[in-house]
Amino acid sequence: MAAKVLEKEQLSENVFKLVFGAKKIAKKRKPGQFVVIRIHEEGERIPLTIANADPEKGTVTVIFQTVGKTTTHLSGLDVGDGILDLVGPLGKPTHIEKVGTVACIGGGVGVAPMYPITQAMKEAGNHVITIIGARDKGLIIMEEEMKAVSSEIVVATDDGSYGFHGFVSQALEDRYLSKGTHIDQVVSIGPVPMMMAVCNTTKKYNIPTIVSLNSIMVDATGMCGACRVSVGGKTRFVCVDGPEFDGHKVDFKQLIDRQRIYLDQEKESMDYYCSCKQRKGGK
Amino acid sequence: MDMKERMKLPRHPMPEQDPKVRARNFDEVPLGYTPETAKEEAMRCIQCKKPTCIEGCPVEIDIPGFIKLVAEGDFLGAARKIKEKNALPAICGRVCPQEDQCEKLCVRGKKGEPVAIGRLERFVADYERSQGEVSIPEIAPPTGKKIAIVGSGPAGLTVAGDLIKLGHEVTIFEALHKPGGVLVYGIPEFRLPKDIVASEIDYLKKLGVKVETSNVIGKISTIDELFEEGYDAIFLGTGAGLPTFMNIPGENLDGIYSANEYLTRSNLMKAYLFPEYDTPIVKGKNAAVIGGGNVAMDSARTALRLGADNVYLVYRRSRKEMPARAEEAHHAEEEGIQFHLLTAPIRYIGNEKGWVIGMECLRMELGEPDSSGRRRPVPIEGSEFVMDVDTVVVAIGAGANPLIQSTTPGLDTNKWGYIVADEETGQTSREGVFAGGDIVTGSATVILAMGAGRKAATAIHKYVMNK
Repeated sequence: MAAKVLEKEQLSENVFKLVFGAKKIAKKRKPGQFVVIRIHEEGERIPLTIANADPEKGTVTVIFQTVGKTTTHLSGLDVGDGILDLVGPLGKPTHIEKVGTVACIGGGVGVAPMYPITQAMKEAGNHVITIIGARDKGLIIMEEEMKAVSSEIVVATDDGSYGFHGFVSQALEDRYLSKGTHIDQVVSIGPVPMMMAVCNTTKKYNIPTIVSLNSIMVDATGMCGACRVSVGGKTRFVCVDGPEFDGHKVDFKQLIDRQRIYLDQEKESMDYYCSCKQRKGGK
Repeated sequence: MDMKERMKLPRHPMPEQDPKVRARNFDEVPLGYTPETAKEEAMRCIQCKKPTCIEGCPVEIDIPGFIKLVAEGDFLGAARKIKEKNALPAICGRVCPQEDQCEKLCVRGKKGEPVAIGRLERFVADYERSQGEVSIPEIAPPTGKKIAIVGSGPAGLTVAGDLIKLGHEVTIFEALHKPGGVLVYGIPEFRLPKDIVASEIDYLKKLGVKVETSNVIGKISTIDELFEEGYDAIFLGTGAGLPTFMNIPGENLDGIYSANEYLTRSNLMKAYLFPEYDTPIVKGKNAAVIGGGNVAMDSARTALRLGADNVYLVYRRSRKEMPARAEEAHHAEEEGIQFHLLTAPIRYIGNEKGWVIGMECLRMELGEPDSSGRRRPVPIEGSEFVMDVDTVVVAIGAGANPLIQSTTPGLDTNKWGYIVADEETGQTSREGVFAGGDIVTGSATVILAMGAGRKAATAIHKYVMNK
């Protein structure tokens, strides 16, 4: 169904937050689920994880990084603008349970979908250790919000410009695991290399680790198979079997390759979009 | 014209785009009969007293009845006649396997060639549309009953068309952003132009059918929630589900698609118009399509139109066992698709970046018949060879979509996950829930799904009126 932008905020240089009016989805969605958006008639369908929702106001929040044509176009929308399609909630919700101590680890824009999961894990009675990270200080998002739903929080930057100097996986090991902190469960969302690093670390300590995968999708309802990924040697479909899987079993190398299928076309699409924008002298 | 003269008339060929030209465009291949040709072809029908052709039609169109009107030049009357039984004639005239249905039973086919019933149906529907005056049939007074239809493919559209005419309030929920199901995402433009599907759906909307796109039932609402919202009965026509792969090494390499994805990108998302449309598609130079059905033919012909130099159709049995319509296989071959029969891939070879660069195959020979009655392909030992390919489309079928079954308690499924439904009524194990089409039978044809929809509509009408 069509949806309108009700609020907009720029969270960092290339990360934007849009709040859409979508009553039914707002009521239905659970942590870990995603929506598919299509902006206009010629638009592609892209999945975006739901960062937040307000069932009272009937709103759904998505937070995304501008990486290609569609996200750039989306970031150019203003309050009052509409998109043709907002479909959801899709995918299986996160399994929320009181297990003891849970580490919620978000990298880059992956902090956004981590937020509702962290909130739910805390509400379920877990001790929640949150670790969020980004390349540098300017790219850290939602620190305050995450702090509010966590028992403790570590912020890490690759360049050391803020907080812990290093990757989130290193922060997890240095600050907790190497010191003997017991963690029952890790949930990790972010760029694939980051999730891979987190999984390599937790494997050493034998901690069950859930990752949320953002593979390429088309219909996102279990029809096309674009999102397939190898988990434990079996082909699984992220849109209906996921998006969350046992991180110790995911073939990340294959996932990285599959995310690069359209690199050339993504550039071509972006160039085409920019040249059209120039011709029209604006949006 | 007397009977003797009629019997002498030869079957009129369908004018088509030249194979060399059409292999590089997405325009429709058959061009359609002219009014003169249609009238003359209609004269070939000898108006049997006991017409057998109707028995071959899953929706029981009065075939001699409409053909008589065509012969008389009353094309609009012929359209009305067809629409008594079939709300989607422009589609069926194009994609029905008439050679296995009505035309197979046509008495003129016993000695010579059957009447071109499909081509006439198509002509009549196209003629009516070109006149801009699509007749609206009489609609029964409102019954106050509300029916929800899940999925807007051939089954769902048929149920909608039948039930709206009986005076019910009908709403179709479609998961994708455009209604039409496989007619829109699966069957390519060159075989079924999308504006035709759109106008058939507009026709249903004119009759009062409501269409809610981008609604994934099982997610946004469950079946039980639809009942709570006040629907009296629900029809499930959710169609094909997750694509089947062969589970051979390398199948997830870049450049390897399921037919569902390949065709959805090209048809629904219009990736063949990239970058004007945002959705990309891999345009390979050497493409292999695995499978021998209509979907395989559609995929192969799409690959050619996207600019491939070589398109190989790789099928493990022989030409005789191919499930594709003869006409589609013939069209594909004419256009330059290279058939590699009695051949099956056993693994894919990738480069360092994870892209497919080769496909190792085995040659097969035919053994004893298997459970499908077709001769089983048996590998020839030591016959391995490698084909250079940069794009592969796996078109070997689809499984069941799990979204509704997993959120509807009490809805029985079989061991493959398909919904169990009565063959005559579409009744499922849940009261008030009916199902039909591919979600019940597994991958089949448009007209079979429509036939199941017709039966379910009759049963749903009976159910809600007695409730």
